[in-house]
Order: sequence, then structure tokens, then C-alpha cells
Amino acid sequence: MQNIVEQLINGLSTGSIYALIALGYTMVYGIARMINFAHGDIIMVGAYALYVGVSLMNLPAAAAILLSIIVCAVLGITVEKVAYKPLRKAPPLAVLITAIGVSYLLQNLALLIFNATPIPFQSVIQVPSVSIGGLTISGVTIVTLVVTLISMVLLTLFINQTKAGSAMRAVSEDKGAAELMGINVNRIISQTFAIGSALAAVAGILYICQYQSLRPTLGALPGIKAFVAAVLGGIGNVPGAMLGGIVLGLIESIAKAYISTELSDAIVFGVLVIVLLVKPSGLLGKLRNEKV
Amino acid sequence: MKWNKKVVVRVLAIVLSYVLITVLLRMGLLNRQYTALLVPIGVNIMLAVSLNLVTGFLGELSLGHAGFMSIGAYAGALFTLNVNMPSGISILLAMIIGGVAAAVFGFLIGVPVLRLRGDYLAIVTLAFGEIIKSVLNALSFTNGARGLSKIPSYTNYEHYTLVFVVAVITVLVISNIVDSRHGRAVCSVRDNYIAAESIGISVSRFKILAFVIGAFFAGVAGVIYAHNVGIIKPTTFDYNKSIEILVIVVLGGMGSIKGSIIAAVILTALPELLRGADDLRMLLYSIALIVMMLFNQSGIRERIKGRIESSRKQKAGE
Repeated sequence: MQNIVEQLINGLSTGSIYALIALGYTMVYGIARMINFAHGDIIMVGAYALYVGVSLMNLPAAAAILLSIIVCAVLGITVEKVAYKPLRKAPPLAVLITAIGVSYLLQNLALLIFNATPIPFQSVIQVPSVSIGGLTISGVTIVTLVVTLISMVLLTLFINQTKAGSAMRAVSEDKGAAELMGINVNRIISQTFAIGSALAAVAGILYICQYQSLRPTLGALPGIKAFVAAVLGGIGNVPGAMLGGIVLGLIESIAKAYISTELSDAIVFGVLVIVLLVKPSGLLGKLRNEKV
Repeated sequence: MKWNKKVVVRVLAIVLSYVLITVLLRMGLLNRQYTALLVPIGVNIMLAVSLNLVTGFLGELSLGHAGFMSIGAYAGALFTLNVNMPSGISILLAMIIGGVAAAVFGFLIGVPVLRLRGDYLAIVTLAFGEIIKSVLNALSFTNGARGLSKIPSYTNYEHYTLVFVVAVITVLVISNIVDSRHGRAVCSVRDNYIAAESIGISVSRFKILAFVIGAFFAGVAGVIYAHNVGIIKPTTFDYNKSIEILVIVVLGGMGSIKGSIIAAVILTALPELLRGADDLRMLLYSIALIVMMLFNQSGIRERIKGRIESSRKQKAGE
């Protein structure tokens, strides 16, 4: 019983990291109708930026975290402007291939700069672990859960309560009509990429505080899994991404504990296949009919 | 078969390239480094042409091509490791077994993912590639993460004739399919699937057809690869391998078989020629992907063309 609770908490904590990443996928998809394949590698950039800030520049943790978030947000905007914006009218296949190219570019730049050998990294989160009735929850897990919760509440408030948020919703609903209403679509798209990438930076920071090792490819697998989470929740749907991330984290950690560690990845991707076959619009998504 | 110009050119190209390879080998003009490239070039040609059928002609991005290759490689290698037959028969049977195994998986995967298109299909093929990899990692008869080793080298450079013939067959089969009625149906699915459906083309049937044929040849390429390298591991056939094949197809030109062949030759030989820049190889690949897409799809090409034409007109006017 205690074991299962521990697994659930583990799952919740990985799941909330997936949810943070999935939010980026889902927001970008909602606005730009494209899968930002490079999103996973933004996590990696965030993690390395934190490492540079803490270990090489000796910044205090808070400043390094801020630096990492800013770096990622700027990177997200730049990638959009350089690689995706010229292709807005191009077929989806071209955009997808470009996004894969960007993902590879980021990975290989990191490989050139920091080498392939994993860099050990001391967690910047120094929170003592808590034990409740024989259950020990590590400090990192608590911080992960709290940070995710705060980010989600802030994001929901931003989207639903502010003017920029409603502009964002308008663009995702109908780009042409939003433009006619005087919304600067390009600025909204940049904003979306910035927010998504900033969330990815947060996820990256939490991720390396948990795993404490840096590799140029560290973003690839969580990136793809977060994409699965976004699809599971219904891509383009913000609450769906949160739900999908947590559900996927739980599935993964239970599969790891009770079925097989080696097959857990296969199970996670199996979930994606099943969701797409049974309910392609995801748990909370709406189905769009395509017209000629 | 009519002996028109196209056929003559093709036959000439095949014969000439075979003679060229033979002469270079026999005269000892190639050092070890280059002879070791012959089979990988053939393998990459097969992979690129078969992926081109799916991505270039069917218009669906498949990120799991390395997965099919791995199924072929494992099936073929397990066969040759467990039977005792003369090498010629053994490798031929292994190729058929590897190809069929990959095709069966292509069918099994193709049937459910038919309902998807575009981005979703790409991600599902990626997911299947990863599933195949982690299952190979977990199974005991595939030797888990250590993979299979001591695979007899039935396709080293001395057997270049065999690899050459198989690669030529692959190219001919796929280019004939593309030129056939079925191939035009496949292209119509790419260009406008709704219109294709409305004139009675069974979209799902042709999607499966392209998928299965692509998987078959990827499997055969996998068998050749396994018997060339001698060791295969699940991690050999990861997502990066799929991307490498995709880079060949994109650089050669999607929907151009000739382009795929040329790009496969260049991109296999180039890293060997530029040994020092090995770290930069993947970086250059990724930049090439982005630049190609931006150049071809964002309208820059049309603008440059327009400018050249207008300047030409001006000169003509003078």
C-alpha cells in the first residue's frame, strides 16, 4: 500500500513536468497549427542555461533560474521568427521537417559546446524531504508539484482574464477574424512561443534537479512523451495538456514499478497509439471536420 | 517493355556504374576506407528510395523507417545465425525473410495509422519506431541491449555485385510502381486526398500499399546492413537513423528517385572524405534540412526565379 502511494507521488511529479512541457506543445498547436518538434530541445537549453548560470558564472540560484527562463523565451521567439514564420503558408510536411531540423540543430550545437559526456549537476533546490506516516517525499518532488501548480494557475488566469490572453484565444479560434479585429497576429504568435518556451525552461530546471545529469539529448525523450501527453489530453486544449501530462506520468511510473522498466517507454507510446485510434481528439479535445 | 530513350538511359546508367565500381575495385584504386563504403552506399540508396515512396510520393512523413530496418536486420541475422546453409542461399533467404518480416510489421502498423494524417501520422510512426526499439531491448532471443554479434559477413565489399543487384532491383521496382497506375493513385492521395477519394481511389488501400512496400525494402536493406557490419544493437536503429534517412530524401528532393540515389551516394561518402569534420556532420545535416525547406517552400525560390527572369528580359530588351 505504501509502495503504491510512493509510486503515485513519483508519477505525479514526473507527470507535472510532462504537463509543463505539454502546455508548450498545445499552446503552439492551438495558435500556429504546427507541432513544434524542437520544443523538447528547449528543455535541454533551459537545463544547460541553468548549469552555465550556477556552475560557470556563479550566479545565485534565483538569478540563474531567471536567466534560464529568459534564454529559453528569447530562443523560442527567435526560432519562430527565423524558421517557422516564412513557412506559414507552406504545407504541414515542410513545417514539420523544418521543426525536426531545428531540434537537431539545437542538439548538435549543445553537443559541440558541451560535449557528449554527461555533466553531473547539483540540484539547486534545497528543500528538506518531508515524511508523513512512514512515507518520505523528497524536497524536489514537493517543489516540482508546487511550481507546476502555480504555473498552471497563473497560465489559466492569464489566458482567461487578461486582454493578451483573450487575444490569444481569438487567434487560435480564427486567425483571419482576429486580425480584422485589430489583433497583431504575429505578436501573439511570438508571445505564445515565448510563454511555451519559458514553461519548457521551468520544466527543464525541475527535470535536471530530479535527474542531476546533463546530456545534449536530455530533452528528446521527455519532449516526445510530453507530446504524447498533449495528444492524450486533446491537442490545442490547455486544461487537456495538464490532465494528459499527469495521467501519462502516473501510467509511466506504475508501468515501471509493476510491469517492466524496459517496456515502460513502449507502454507510454502504446498509449499514444491507442488514444489516436480510439479518440483522436484526445480526452478533452474537440473534433474538427476538415473541408476541401 | 518499349525500348524508348528513358529505358536506354537507365540501362546504360546501371551498366556504367557497375563497370565503374568493378574497374575501380579491380585496379586497386580504392583504399580500404573507400571499399568499406560501397555496401553502406547501397544500403542507404535502398533506404532512401523506399522512404521516398512513403514521404515523397505518398506525402506522409514516416519517422519510423529505422524501425522497419531493424526488424529486417534482426530477422535476417537471427536466420543466418541459426541455420547452416551455403552463404549464397542463406543470405538470399535472409533478405526475403527480413523483407517479409518488415513488410508484415509495416502492414500491422499501417492498418491502424491509416486513419491519421500529417503530423499525427509522423508522431505515431516515431512512436512505433521507439516501441520496436524498446521491445527489441526487452526480448531475450534478441539478446537485449547487447544485441546480436558475430553475424556472418555475407555482404562485405567482396559481395558488391549482390548488393548492387539488390539495390538496382529496389530502385527499379519502386520507380516502376511510381510510374504505374497504382503510383499515380498514391500521388493523388498526396496531392488531394479528398479529391482522390471522390473519384473512387481507396485512400487507405494505397496508403497501406506504399507503407508496406517501403517497409519491405527497408527490411531488406536492414539485412544487408546487418551482414555487413556484423553487430546489431537496438540503439543502432534509433530515431537518429530515421532522421539520417529523411535528410537524404529531403536533400535529394522529395518525390525524386534520382535525387535520392545521388544524395545517398554523396551523404554516405562525404563524412568519410571529411573525417575531421565528423562532429559537424549532424550539425550540417540539420542546417541543410532547415535551409532546404526555407528555400523551397517559403517563396524565396520563386522570388529569385522572378528576379533572374526579369533581368533576362531587361537584357533582351536592350
